[in-house]
Amino acid sequence: MKLIILEDALQASEWAAKYIRNRIVQFQPGPTRYFTLGLPTGTTPLHCYKKLIEYYKNGDLSFKYVKTFNMDEYVGIPRDHPESFHSYMWNNFFKHIDICPTNAYILDGNASDLQTECDTFEKKIKEAGGIELCVGGIGTEGHIAFNEPGSSLVSRTRVKTLAMDTILANSRYFDGELSKVPKMVLTVGVGTVMDAREVMILITGAQKALALHKAIEEGINHMWTVSAFQQHPRVIFVCDEDATLELKVKTVKYFKGLMIVHNKLVEPLYSMKEAKDSQPSKRPYSD
Amino acid sequence: MPPHKIGTEAQIVQFTNCRILRGHELIWEDLWIREGRILDPEKLFFEEKKSADVKKDCEGHILAPGFIDVQINGGFGVDFSLTHEDISAGVALVAKNLLAYGVTSFCPTLVTSPPDVYHKVLPQITVRNGSSKGAGVLGAHVEGPFISHEKRGAHPDSHLRTFEGDAFQELLKTYGSLDNIAIITLAPELKRSHEVIKELTSRGVCVSVGHSVSHLKEAEEAVRNGARFITHLFNAMLPFHHRDPGIVGLLTSDQIAPEQQVFFGMIADGIHTHPAALRIAHRAHPKGLVLVTDALPALGLGNGRHTLGQQEIEVDGLRCCVAGTNTLCGSVASLDTCVRHFLQATGCSVETALEAATLHPAQLLGIEKQKGTLDFGSDADFVVLDDSLNVKATYIAGDLVWKDKTFSH
Repeated sequence: MKLIILEDALQASEWAAKYIRNRIVQFQPGPTRYFTLGLPTGTTPLHCYKKLIEYYKNGDLSFKYVKTFNMDEYVGIPRDHPESFHSYMWNNFFKHIDICPTNAYILDGNASDLQTECDTFEKKIKEAGGIELCVGGIGTEGHIAFNEPGSSLVSRTRVKTLAMDTILANSRYFDGELSKVPKMVLTVGVGTVMDAREVMILITGAQKALALHKAIEEGINHMWTVSAFQQHPRVIFVCDEDATLELKVKTVKYFKGLMIVHNKLVEPLYSMKEAKDSQPSKRPYSD
Repeated sequence: MPPHKIGTEAQIVQFTNCRILRGHELIWEDLWIREGRILDPEKLFFEEKKSADVKKDCEGHILAPGFIDVQINGGFGVDFSLTHEDISAGVALVAKNLLAYGVTSFCPTLVTSPPDVYHKVLPQITVRNGSSKGAGVLGAHVEGPFISHEKRGAHPDSHLRTFEGDAFQELLKTYGSLDNIAIITLAPELKRSHEVIKELTSRGVCVSVGHSVSHLKEAEEAVRNGARFITHLFNAMLPFHHRDPGIVGLLTSDQIAPEQQVFFGMIADGIHTHPAALRIAHRAHPKGLVLVTDALPALGLGNGRHTLGQQEIEVDGLRCCVAGTNTLCGSVASLDTCVRHFLQATGCSVETALEAATLHPAQLLGIEKQKGTLDFGSDADFVVLDDSLNVKATYIAGDLVWKDKTFSH
């Protein structure tokens, strides 16, 4: 894995946005070659989305040939509910960029047959050629998407019932009232994300520190589902100093020392303005 | 890959780089239009999977609902109360010229006139939608003849009437028909007025109290029977008195049911009402304030002598009086001028000033689902304004119907 440590959440989000930008630009997407991106919701990626919108507005990045697959959605709340993930994605991302509506895929939490909806979603990912880069976050319980502790590490897209901790964490979005928080969600499985060709996890804040420690310094454990990515050939964890608070000093020093190499992934920053002329740069070696 | 077009092929237009008035706030948000109505872009994206066909950059300006004027006696030389003119052509001329002031809907107003004038004129003031030909007509506002002698203002004495005799039938005989009437201003102290108000309200006509010497009690009775507007507050009514507030007391009356909101018109031209009085009224009942022009045929024509119904008037700057007297008889300030004056005189927010000329008149007439807002599904009648609230462009049903030569659209 690559562990990218930035000073604060804003810088971490910006690094992540730059990485996504470079990956898309260097991929040189076109009408017969779409870049498939897995996307998260929540507070952590908000600034990352803002930067991506900025890159689009400056003409450096276009989402015309990008297909997006969101990782989850609540079951049973209206699509236009202010807290639905459809609303989140529209307000924080889609409405500001040039993505085609037919290329934005989000699970439908109001489908008449939820499992069929999940199976169809898996099929759509396959038809799109698999996910090139899946961006995700991590819950305080170490879960990826809504793969709560105890989720199978080879799970696929399915219906999940939320753990009490997650419901409590989400209640801040529902006027603090537990009764208003949806109890069921549709989520991609751990296996689904593992199938992506590359995974990038954004982790910021002290409250995520224990989860990060469990995810990368201890064993693979279905109680901390993000730990499954220890077996993924290409994963990047992007975090801020606060998120490293539970890590060994040795781990942090090692990866901070590698920043000089890892920063070559975002410097130089490529733009679609010169995309036609530029050659993809030599990748720094993986480890 | 372009989105697959299903269903209607109507063009989707996205106005960008603008602040829109929505939810009582000015927010940086795009305005989407299709088939003359305001569109929900999120629904369009997720359900129809479509995007905009055309984008229009609004240069950072404000987009507000089109202004609605519920009291305007004419303009540009046209007098709605004069029968020897071609009334339809006159209404059309005014409607066309109002677009430059950001007005997208209005109520042509008739002052006190003899019955034959109403019989001739009213059928020609047909309710219709606005278009590039001019602002929409919401219905006529008949101000009189059932008003107080003492507070007639510029209305001719000889044509005043009462309800004695046949009450509602008397009214019907006078006007001929209620078909094209949106608002009736009457004095509630007149005998039998309350049964008339009740009947009019049940037939969907908006009743306004004005040109009256009514005390608060009678005015409250009128509201209980259905009256919901006050014609040009402070003007042509008893002055506010601390032991007998008169009609002005309706603004803070506790005898009115909460669901019976009372609106009041104000002519914010700097002449009809002292700015301090404007502020008092605004602060007492901000949600009820409706900006009106009470504009004269002389609107847009400059200084000199002009007519108003059966009378002659004198215009000097923004001041208009019955010829040879000091009796104010209307205004030549346009509605956008009134919005700017109201903003400056009260120090209120831009949102408040705009709602006084859009949302509130729409609510008064019960048409707030189609007009007066930029909510999804409502008619795409809107204006582009700069930060000083000068009109840069006017749109009706999504079509550009007027623009300032400096504006790029």
